Amino acid sequence: MKDIATAPTTAASNPPVQPTEAYYNAGDIVRISATRNVPAPERQLTKLAKLIDVSKCIGCKACQSACIEWNQTHPDVEENVGVYENPHDLTPNMFTLMRFSEWVNPETDDLEWLIRKDGCMHCEDPGCLTACPAPGAIVQYSNGIVDFVQENCIGCGYCLTGCPFNIPRISQVDHKSYKCTLCSDRIAVGQGPACAKACPTQAIVFGTKDDMKAHAAERIEDLKSRGYENAGLYDPAGVGGTHVMYVLHHADKPQIYNDLEEDPRISPIVEGWKGVTKTAGLAVIGLAAIGATLHGLFARGNEVEEHDEQAADTLVKGRDPDDGPHHGGQV
Amino acid sequence: MNIDLSRRGFLRLAGAGVAATSLGAMGFGEAEAAEAAQVRTFRLATTTETRNTCPYCSVACGIIMYSKGDVKAGETAELLHIEGDADHPTNRGTLCPKGAALKDFVHAPTRLTHPRIRKPGSDRFEEITWDEALDRIARAMKDDRDANFIASNEAGVPVNRWTTTGFLAASASTNETAWLTYKTVRSMGIVGFDNQARV
Amino acid sequence: MTNAWTDIKNTDLVIVMGGNAAEAHPCGFKWVTEAKAHRGAKLIVVDPRYTRTASVADYYAPIRPGSDIAFLMGAIRWCMENDKVHWDYVRAFTNASFLVREDFGWSDGLFTGYDEEKRDFDKSSWDYQIGEDGFALRDPTLEDPRCVWQMLKKHVDVYTPDFVENITGTPRDKFLTVCQMIGETSAPDRTMTSMYALGWTQHSKGAQNIRGMAMLQLILGNIGVRGGGMNALRGHSNIQGLTDIGLMSNLIPGYLNIPTEKEPDWETYLSTRSFKPLQPGQTSYWQNYPKFMVSFLKAMWGDAATAENDWAYEYLPKLDVPAYDILRMFELMNHDRVNLYFCQGFNPMLSIPNREKVTRGLSRLKMLVVMDPLSTETSHFWQNHGAHNDVDTASIQTEVLELPTTCFAEDEGALVNSGRWLQWHWPGATPPGEAKYDTWIMAQIFLRVRELYRQEGGAFPDPILNLTWNYADPEEPSPAELAREMNGRALADLTDPATGAPVLQAGQQVSSFGQLRDDGTTMAGCWIYAGSWTEDGNMMARRDNSDPDDTGMFLNWAFAWPANRRILYNRASADLQGKPWDPSRKLIEWNGERWVGYDIPDIAPTAPPDVVGPFIMNQEGVSRLFSRGMMRDGPFPTHMEPFESPMANVFNPRMRGNPVARMFESDAGRLGSSDEFPFVATSYRLTEHFHYWTKHNPVNAALQPEFFVEISEELAAERGIAKGGRVRVWSKRGQVWAKAVVTKRIRPMTCDGKIVHVVGIPLHWGFMGAAKKGWGPNSLTPFVGDANVDTPEFKAFLVNIEPAAEEPVA
Repeated sequence: MKDIATAPTTAASNPPVQPTEAYYNAGDIVRISATRNVPAPERQLTKLAKLIDVSKCIGCKACQSACIEWNQTHPDVEENVGVYENPHDLTPNMFTLMRFSEWVNPETDDLEWLIRKDGCMHCEDPGCLTACPAPGAIVQYSNGIVDFVQENCIGCGYCLTGCPFNIPRISQVDHKSYKCTLCSDRIAVGQGPACAKACPTQAIVFGTKDDMKAHAAERIEDLKSRGYENAGLYDPAGVGGTHVMYVLHHADKPQIYNDLEEDPRISPIVEGWKGVTKTAGLAVIGLAAIGATLHGLFARGNEVEEHDEQAADTLVKGRDPDDGPHHGGQV
Repeated sequence: MNIDLSRRGFLRLAGAGVAATSLGAMGFGEAEAAEAAQVRTFRLATTTETRNTCPYCSVACGIIMYSKGDVKAGETAELLHIEGDADHPTNRGTLCPKGAALKDFVHAPTRLTHPRIRKPGSDRFEEITWDEALDRIARAMKDDRDANFIASNEAGVPVNRWTTTGFLAASASTNETAWLTYKTVRSMGIVGFDNQARV
Repeated sequence: MTNAWTDIKNTDLVIVMGGNAAEAHPCGFKWVTEAKAHRGAKLIVVDPRYTRTASVADYYAPIRPGSDIAFLMGAIRWCMENDKVHWDYVRAFTNASFLVREDFGWSDGLFTGYDEEKRDFDKSSWDYQIGEDGFALRDPTLEDPRCVWQMLKKHVDVYTPDFVENITGTPRDKFLTVCQMIGETSAPDRTMTSMYALGWTQHSKGAQNIRGMAMLQLILGNIGVRGGGMNALRGHSNIQGLTDIGLMSNLIPGYLNIPTEKEPDWETYLSTRSFKPLQPGQTSYWQNYPKFMVSFLKAMWGDAATAENDWAYEYLPKLDVPAYDILRMFELMNHDRVNLYFCQGFNPMLSIPNREKVTRGLSRLKMLVVMDPLSTETSHFWQNHGAHNDVDTASIQTEVLELPTTCFAEDEGALVNSGRWLQWHWPGATPPGEAKYDTWIMAQIFLRVRELYRQEGGAFPDPILNLTWNYADPEEPSPAELAREMNGRALADLTDPATGAPVLQAGQQVSSFGQLRDDGTTMAGCWIYAGSWTEDGNMMARRDNSDPDDTGMFLNWAFAWPANRRILYNRASADLQGKPWDPSRKLIEWNGERWVGYDIPDIAPTAPPDVVGPFIMNQEGVSRLFSRGMMRDGPFPTHMEPFESPMANVFNPRMRGNPVARMFESDAGRLGSSDEFPFVATSYRLTEHFHYWTKHNPVNAALQPEFFVEISEELAAERGIAKGGRVRVWSKRGQVWAKAVVTKRIRPMTCDGKIVHVVGIPLHWGFMGAAKKGWGPNSLTPFVGDANVDTPEFKAFLVNIEPAAEEPVA
């Protein structure tokens, strides 16, 4: 028997109930949206990653449930439209979603029910951050976490345009963009993400990216021994690798997992965005300096003055904010 | 016994080897290190932890309830969050989609908070005091038992059974509730007695 | 469970059949994924639907709902034919060698002794040949044609792979692959665990489904070993506890029985419970029955239970029928023979079959008392909710009292998990509003009734007036007091009968059921819980999660009944010399003087391994492949169709369902046939919900918001049903409207030349709570239960289905 302890697990500790110091902070930020010349941090944090083993996932939605509870969101009670996905898509109140696909393996003629936990991939080269015109609305820490700072968000939806995975969603209530934070507040005090802790089969595990890759290698070996010759790790190079990775039984065909991008890249248009629009945005919107935004890094749902909102919307969309925010789907 | 074992003690017992590896790389020697410094407020900071088990299926996952206020200290306690208990051998901190959302079961909008009565033919419930409700129940039981108790069968054999009142017992109440229910129901001779295990 | 959740990691093969562990027990299923990841274990799923458990299985085979016995008997036949038998285990630890009476037989789907009029068997021939010494006759060579092994071989002979395919719809090659995988575990160093739940129990022959797998596991030598066992997953957090404590019509705590009218006195009652060993030197532990029974009666009636009055035996009710189970009670309600009904955390409006009959029954009560943390359908049965509950409110004369109770977060006490662990929990929240503890409510009801009897007298008040109620605060007995009462204590100073050494002083808690006496000097509410709260304190509250050598036993975590034992029959994990069958999976072993190891031995610690058999609760000392007269419907499982089936019974076309299952007259006419209802329906849980509770939770309501049914693409095409479209589903008992999930996960099967379509009906919706209003399968299911235990047949019945363009209207 192999040593059981080699499997990384975030479920091995319980949250502290005493006031606790965060192990990383604003000084560990390496990139800030619409901001050049971010000073280099004094230290490099160990790169982290969440690993989702699709072959172990039972599609139970514990991750969705734990995510709702930790982030205190309130997804709507929708209807059944003939599928198991509920809510039907990622929403500003649902940062992660089990996506189900019934795939008949052409080689064996056997049905495989492929269930993939969708959500922010925390790209090493985050397209959302690249595209974002609002200074300080999106930040990246040196451990790999890409976090949205709603206080600085202008609800423009460019993050979604920039995202190769179609993840962020704009709230129709507060016109802010939302996505998985990788539970940055939990990680800061030594806890794993809520989804990883809850996951009953530990299909979701969390740790350093190196550990996660090593664990993935073991899992892939096991899958190959069970006949999944093309089992492999999904850590796409086109976005510099991701801090949320998948073990796939059919890594040669990511698209069968509910259209997982085969070779995700930031759109060249978004890559080309720099200078003009963003600088104009920064000037016109007149947001506070970066330093002042950082104190609210972990705060959520802060109110934004209405005129800021309107100004931002007019600027980036060339339309009246009453048209409603840009929401969901591919741009 | 063992009730007051500290959570630090639990952490030691848990043998949290793997987490320590990952957390070590993140800047902690062990999970307790995170507790040592007291600077930043975490969402669960200054809550009271209570060990419990999930009331749904019979895997009986260990859970920790995080509350504002301490029931043991006689305080009013409001439940803020529930998470799997990493020290528990069965679930090791994990929870299913039901268990992970237990807090919102406790706070369900349809939780009952007051005894109510629906009178014959009425289209609504009305509030009633506990005393009134319990007296009505006791009176109804006494009258029905006295009227319908079967002391002996046709052959004259003492049978001491009461068949016109039935009792369905719970599936998630404690053993202790079950035993008190058993004593009450059986002492009266009720035989129409069943529990969720039947279905 | 014979074993424990944490033990599943020790297995080589998991078979999930009659359950859906990944969806209904996700955190327990973790141990399947552990076994897969760290032992290279394989997972087989046999189910009518490709479930979320199947999605991570190594092998999946479909099966027609209600045909499991044919599959299991076929697997036994295959193992016997292909020498996949753990011979040493079978010879020594089963009754394979016992000779069966000459007049026992089977033909036309029936065992000897069937009486069609009584719908019952005369079971007298279903027994061993008994020698002059009172012991059963045996043939250790297993060659005598009357020995159990040969009888079983003959019995399963008909279940060929072709026969199995024809009955079950499982393709022959898939059936054979499953057999081969199962057969490998006959090796002494390989094992399989069976994980099952209501997919096997909710049939008119549910107990026989489970017997079938238990027999297979015995033939493979997989009972009593680490990673093996028969593991009932169990549905609710404490149905194990409530059953242990006997909250059923015919039970006394610790699986003792309420007497029947045929046992009018103590002597007669005990005479059928002597449990004399059927083999020399065997333990036959039930010989201690009187000790447990007297201790129970002392717990109930204290000083009023004396040797002179036969321990107040008279106080116990005597049954005239096998049980006043829930189905019988609703039948009686429909005949105006029930006036008051209590539902304590139970929602029969959604959990009892034929909801129309349930509603009619509740409408005829004088008073319904509902104690629940939630506002349930049952407490609102009289309220009109349009098509979702179309009742004439004004005509319903039932008075309903709805009493708010606390829930787990607010109360204290123990729950018993599937692995028989009694785990204590503590309150962490203040009850909302005026919600009260169930213990307080029960105490209030009891004290008020007792007071009325004190004041007014009345029908046989003695058992009420004399009930033990010596709690510090009679108005609110504490969980600790009640737990101590169940554990039991000495009522006098006890000494060892052999040595005279002091054992316990009067008033001290017993530390094991071995200390209980039949002379009135001990009391115990529930003998199997002895040891749970001893002089050392509350053993259920123990939280030491150390696990030496990672066996998964966790002996210092909480308390497991009986005697803190984690794997039942664990003596069978070692061979006749007491050495483990598989040294890498050692559980206990004989060290020359006593049994030692990782678990509490399930045998007297000094009982020599080659004398005393491992199945100490059986008079034989061995397990039973042939179950004598213990079950109403046969000593071997035999294929029976569900009461509603697309096929006739191939053995006997006249036989409908289980020939000895109880069928009330009024329900017989409410059975549908396949010409009117061509499709097989089955009910189940979804992982997003827990029964009818979590629809009250907005989070779970968001994760699975609306009632749906699942059908194959083929059936959808045949009936013109669109994915996500609305359908009407109806049976002989009722109709429901649902959304349609059209899926590849359900495929039509071919049985006996007919195409069989399956309609899957999940059970989580009603008309109360946060989710969208819907219905449950109980609006459709027949009012008939298992022949042995009356668990309703929810898993196989007939329906019809059509697209429904309109919203449902009342």
